[in-house]
Amino acid sequence: MSDSHSMDLDKHVRTYILVFVSLMVLTLVTVAVSYLHLPVRQAITVALVIATVKGSLVACYFMHLISEKKLILWVLVLTVVFFIVLLLVPVFTVADRVGS
Amino acid sequence: MAHGAHYLNVPLATLNTIVLISSSVTMVMAWASLKRDDFGKFRLYMAATVLFGAVFLVVKYFEYSAKFHHGYFPRTNTFLAIYFTMTGLHMLHVLGGMTVNAYLWGPGAKLWKKDKEHFTNRVENSGLFWHFVDLVWIFLFPILYLL
Repeated sequence: MSDSHSMDLDKHVRTYILVFVSLMVLTLVTVAVSYLHLPVRQAITVALVIATVKGSLVACYFMHLISEKKLILWVLVLTVVFFIVLLLVPVFTVADRVGS
Repeated sequence: MAHGAHYLNVPLATLNTIVLISSSVTMVMAWASLKRDDFGKFRLYMAATVLFGAVFLVVKYFEYSAKFHHGYFPRTNTFLAIYFTMTGLHMLHVLGGMTVNAYLWGPGAKLWKKDKEHFTNRVENSGLFWHFVDLVWIFLFPILYLL
């Protein structure tokens, strides 16, 4: 029992190191891309996609979200949905001007 | 349009990103050490976590002083106002996380002798906060510095 427990932890630690390396690589990629001076739209998309991947890695592995109950994950997904809705609210102020 | 890299120091912020990600790893390793019943390693990893936090704050101090030296203040323009508010609030959270982690490293560690599971849970919770502070920086860094 105790042996399988520590073997499980060894696997976890290996995952943490793998996540650490991925986060470092993604940090360098996002900085490198910024020096390419892409057009604004592409630059924002690339930066946010990389940041979202990095953030998900931190949440899933360092914060153990991946081994949590699914309910906790869905509550978080709901907040993300509402966050996006809030971000889109300003779009309505633009739509409001249509026809004027 | 105000360009982040025009005002801000990208290499320094990249260094700070690496420092904060490293501190997240040492934090999770501190917790894993407790799970393995290795209190000595916990002390080591927790000390590293607090130290990385301190390095982050020192780098930030140099960044801020360089901004002030150039006459860049929150009132200068909207971009800088947002920059100082977001990074300032983030810095306070780093300070808060460091305080709790330092407590768990020092006097708070007495609980380990009395109730191992209770102490491990405290470290896990403090870790959740610390990882979240890291997560926020992961978004602040590209949005403020790289775009």
